[in-house]
Amino acid sequence: MTASVSAQHLGKKFLVARSDGPRSAYGYRTLRDDLTRLATAPWRLLSGKRDKKPAFQDFWALDDVNFEINRGEVVGIIGRNGAGKSTLLKILSRITKPTNGQVLLRGRVGSLLEVGTGFHPELTGRENIYLNGAILGMRRGEIQRKFDQIVEFAEIGPFLDTPVKRYSSGMYVRLAFAVAGHLEPEILIVDEVLAVGDMAFQRKCLGRMREVGTQGSTILFVRHTTPAVESLCTRPLLLDKGKVVHDGGVRELISEYHRRVLETQGETETDLEKIDGPQRIRKVFRSCSLLDEQGQPTNFLSLGSQFHLRVGLRSTTNFDFPTITIGIDDNLGQRVLTLQTPLSQPLIEQLRGGAVVECKVPQFPLAPGDYWVKLGLYVIPDEVDAIERVFRFTVAEAEVFGTGRGFHAGLCIAPSAWTFQETNVPTS
Amino acid sequence: MEALTEKSEKTLVHDEQRTLDEPPLTILQPARGWQLINVRELWQFRDLLYFLTWRDVKIRYKQTALGAAWALLQPALMMVVFTVFFGRLAEVDSGGIDYPLFVYAGLLPWSFFATAIANGGNSVVGSERLITKIYFPRLAIPFAAVGAAIVDFCVAFSLLIMLMFVNGVVPTWGFLMVPVIFLFILLAAVGMGTLLAAFNVAYRDFRYVIPFMIQLWMFATPSIYMDLEKLPDEKFNSGLVQTLLALNPMTELIAAFRDAVLGHAIPWDMLAYAAPMCLVIFLVGCFYYRKVEDTFADVI
Repeated sequence: MTASVSAQHLGKKFLVARSDGPRSAYGYRTLRDDLTRLATAPWRLLSGKRDKKPAFQDFWALDDVNFEINRGEVVGIIGRNGAGKSTLLKILSRITKPTNGQVLLRGRVGSLLEVGTGFHPELTGRENIYLNGAILGMRRGEIQRKFDQIVEFAEIGPFLDTPVKRYSSGMYVRLAFAVAGHLEPEILIVDEVLAVGDMAFQRKCLGRMREVGTQGSTILFVRHTTPAVESLCTRPLLLDKGKVVHDGGVRELISEYHRRVLETQGETETDLEKIDGPQRIRKVFRSCSLLDEQGQPTNFLSLGSQFHLRVGLRSTTNFDFPTITIGIDDNLGQRVLTLQTPLSQPLIEQLRGGAVVECKVPQFPLAPGDYWVKLGLYVIPDEVDAIERVFRFTVAEAEVFGTGRGFHAGLCIAPSAWTFQETNVPTS
Repeated sequence: MEALTEKSEKTLVHDEQRTLDEPPLTILQPARGWQLINVRELWQFRDLLYFLTWRDVKIRYKQTALGAAWALLQPALMMVVFTVFFGRLAEVDSGGIDYPLFVYAGLLPWSFFATAIANGGNSVVGSERLITKIYFPRLAIPFAAVGAAIVDFCVAFSLLIMLMFVNGVVPTWGFLMVPVIFLFILLAAVGMGTLLAAFNVAYRDFRYVIPFMIQLWMFATPSIYMDLEKLPDEKFNSGLVQTLLALNPMTELIAAFRDAVLGHAIPWDMLAYAAPMCLVIFLVGCFYYRKVEDTFADVI
């Protein structure tokens, strides 16, 4: 059987304006700039003065990407920001052309990179159904045939002849998805459109997509978070730095995804010497890093796994019985956890030269999300050194208690013991 | 399964190259530079073209008090202005025809041309969202913008009929040439519109260049407001001015349009020159557009 989608040595190059290049101010080409360059060209040639640096730099958003997708497969494309997912979707949906390689598509392609593309706020719901349908590639007859279904699916009946600019955002999204959901192409390409609308409608959309999937269409979609990928796709494709790094099983993918997504998010070992701040009375903190189970620096922590922070200290003056504080703030700057060296049993009796302090929390309780580390060193009651926002790390979703279930809701987790005792209900 | 076979059969009717086992194959490859106008694909997307035109027409006069009457009012007011300044004050020779009718017969095709290239030129930049989010033949955008100008032209044409009636001008066989002459104006408008649209993507400066260019072009098209025969020979038929004016096919087309409408002899020699020129503009515009359209999504 021939593949429904086949990408061969696919590459896409972008020119990125150099931050120090001659056109850095705008990044746009303007007629004025080009005319100026043209006019000054002879002078530049004569004076032998060329642009020292080219204005643009090559950036490969996709680099030698190969994959084959068979008919009926539901493939989820995932990867962190800048991995090349959107570029890949744009090439597959023919919005932009590849720089290298080729893609073979067998069947009618429908792409949904955004809900409501081409919706015009001044037009009514009815008019937008026709316009949007035509933009998505439906024929007029086809739209007419499906018109009632679309209206019913979108649940906008009474507002059909109201301009969509008067719609609530929920109605707008429902209408937009309803049109797109009735496209019925052989290859459907979807980008994050499910991230909109209320929960009930999202579920309805997922159901609709499954329906399309069982009709024998090939579906490709992009998500930034894993849960929907898991529940919907038969095969995930993980992109990183423009390359396919994982293609296959869902389970292995999730850990691979988290590792890739998070390890490169920022520097894992932070050099603290360069950081200045009003609270840095003495620069004692020298380094700080979060370590994984193998003792390698990381920015990523699976939910409920061990939190292991290593802090390097150096001092030329003496401090007696210093206290070390590790504060953990959430993305909004709210303190969610404070870890402190015991005051009764000082960790370090006297700090004269250097020291390495390690702190471990066996089952880290904070919910999936991004957190910031704050460090503080005190010789009670005086502050010696403190740094806000030393670095950021991410707690990623994982099965915690071996039940196969992931994180549900809340700010933290805790192991819990439950008892169940049957009581006799008196029969009366 | 039943639904599936039914679907495939339906597509079979649309597309002869398809068989049940082999759905249409699309190959996406790096841009190749110059390419032909894909007429077949445009035909497949004819409904899109229709709905985009229809949208432009609908949107244009939404939330205006006078609505579609503006399509009539704009050339009508222009006619009044021209009649006052050229007809009365400058006493431009209109070859014995009532000046309002004379100038309206010239303004009508010119307004179409000017609106079409202005709309076409700004159409692609204005459709950024569409271009970066979905595929369709890119030519549909400027084509639809020009299409909306055709609708305005048709509305404004009714006023011409009325003016003819008032002046007692009876259409002759030459009137049948009106659609043909209009077709050439249309070709030139589409060519200029697509060309400007493509330039506008790369250089936003064209947003400011276009209105100025249209104004200049109007003055370089004397047939809009005066009888070409009455142009002083020694000025018109000499050197640079003549060459410049001759390069502009609109001069001949508008004169020919008016002659066809008013029942004068059709200036075949003029048409013989202007028609191929329009074709050249059309082809240059479309081909250049096709050459650069692949980069629109990346550049816009």
